[in-house]
Amino acid sequence: MPVTTIGTAEVHVDAEGFLTEYDEWNEEVGRQLAAAIGIELTEAHWKPIRFLREDFVQHGETATLRRVSTVAGVPIKELFALFPKKPAKKMAYIAGLPKPRGCV
Amino acid sequence: MRRLVVLGAGTAGTMVVNRLRRRLDRARWQITVVDQDDTHVYQPGFLFIPFGTYQPGQVVKPRRRFLPAGVDLVLGEVDRVDTAANEVLLTGGRRLPYDYLVIATGTTPRPDQTPGMLGPLWRTAVFDFYSLDGATALTRAMERFDGGRLVVHIVDMPIKCPVAPLEFAFLAEAYLRRRGVRDRVEIVYATPLPGAFTKPIASARLGSMLDERGIVVEPDFLVERVDGESKALVSYDEREVPFDLLVTVPLNMGADYIARSGLGDELNYVPVDRHTLRSTEHDNIFAIGDANDIPTSKAGSVAHFSVDVFADNFRQHVDGQQMTGRFDGHANCFVESGDGKGLLIDFNYDTEPLPGTYPAPLVGPFALLKETARNHWGKLAFRWLYWHLLLPGRPIPLPAHMSMAGKHRPSTKEK
Repeated sequence: MPVTTIGTAEVHVDAEGFLTEYDEWNEEVGRQLAAAIGIELTEAHWKPIRFLREDFVQHGETATLRRVSTVAGVPIKELFALFPKKPAKKMAYIAGLPKPRGCV
Repeated sequence: MRRLVVLGAGTAGTMVVNRLRRRLDRARWQITVVDQDDTHVYQPGFLFIPFGTYQPGQVVKPRRRFLPAGVDLVLGEVDRVDTAANEVLLTGGRRLPYDYLVIATGTTPRPDQTPGMLGPLWRTAVFDFYSLDGATALTRAMERFDGGRLVVHIVDMPIKCPVAPLEFAFLAEAYLRRRGVRDRVEIVYATPLPGAFTKPIASARLGSMLDERGIVVEPDFLVERVDGESKALVSYDEREVPFDLLVTVPLNMGADYIARSGLGDELNYVPVDRHTLRSTEHDNIFAIGDANDIPTSKAGSVAHFSVDVFADNFRQHVDGQQMTGRFDGHANCFVESGDGKGLLIDFNYDTEPLPGTYPAPLVGPFALLKETARNHWGKLAFRWLYWHLLLPGRPIPLPAHMSMAGKHRPSTKEK
């Protein structure tokens, strides 16, 4: 896996730039990743991002939009407003998690 | 007497009881299977009904006919599973105590989960084809359709038989061409995925097949509601896809009793270990087939290959041994592409569908990810195989685990 520098951190990423090591992420890395795709993180953004991080530890999978909406209580409509066009992919990218597979 | 209760006598549940009845001593094991009715439907056949290729009567048989002697069929609705007491409670109060429980109640299309879907246009301009009623009603709509916008649509993943909506689009295109009205119809494929399919190599191949047929893909489309007034799908990001005829795959969900029993995730699928299919919460509960949350296709082939592994594992498990079989997520699906041709895809958790050939004794090899007439005949022949070999749990000479024999990985250029 290639290594890249995000801010001051060295991280491992896949071909699409998704972090591959859960523990190489921290909130500063998250902010930098968000900035790289044109998103400035507000508290509204952090709620689903933090949920994704915690949920991944328990389930070993990146939560789908439906799971974020049902379990974390952030409506899908709002996720589209916060992370335009491709919320599932963008949230996973910022949270340093694999792309949600939701789709097999 | 030890008691095994199986919930659901569909593809997975029927295979499970047939395999286990042969493996478990009759004097020591009682096997009970529960379903709501005595009608087994051959679900892969739904796809062919709207085009008149199959008649509804060809895909339905009594469940009892496929259950072995020594298995009790209980007809009833499951109210909930009491995992603390190891009992299944049926509506009406009957209790079925178990030592081991297999959940095989599959997944069901739920049009009620999308606002507006069950409005006045339901079954007049809005149809599903994953139910016998829906597929049958759609036959008449397809016969009458002679111009306008046909939208083939998926609400969200996962869905059972994830290639079926693509197949529907291919078959509809060929059908409308045959009827001489293709040039008056615009066909749109609206999907929550970024492309035609979930895995890159197959998605590229299937995507170019949509292009060749003039079918327009509306990607990353996650529907919020169906607007009956303006006859349009409206997405969460406020895109509108208007339709004259909508063929949708509603949200798929596991059974509601799974939620009532606290056994499911947000879509009522039972979380299991992906290699043994045992519940992550309860040592004496397994979930087989579409009812579980394993990251592979929800498909009959997956149920079949996983039951191969499960049946041997179960014997070890009840004898207090370690389960040694490991399911690899193997899936294998014929994809109808119209004009008497089809493709075959074969994959598992780790290997996406690749081109090449799939060896099969007598009838094969089948071409992978490539349109051939033989694949089409393979798909049609499968109906016989399903009733006569697969459900009764007779040996089929296809290995449970995916094999790389015959497959090759295309270079980046070929993709």
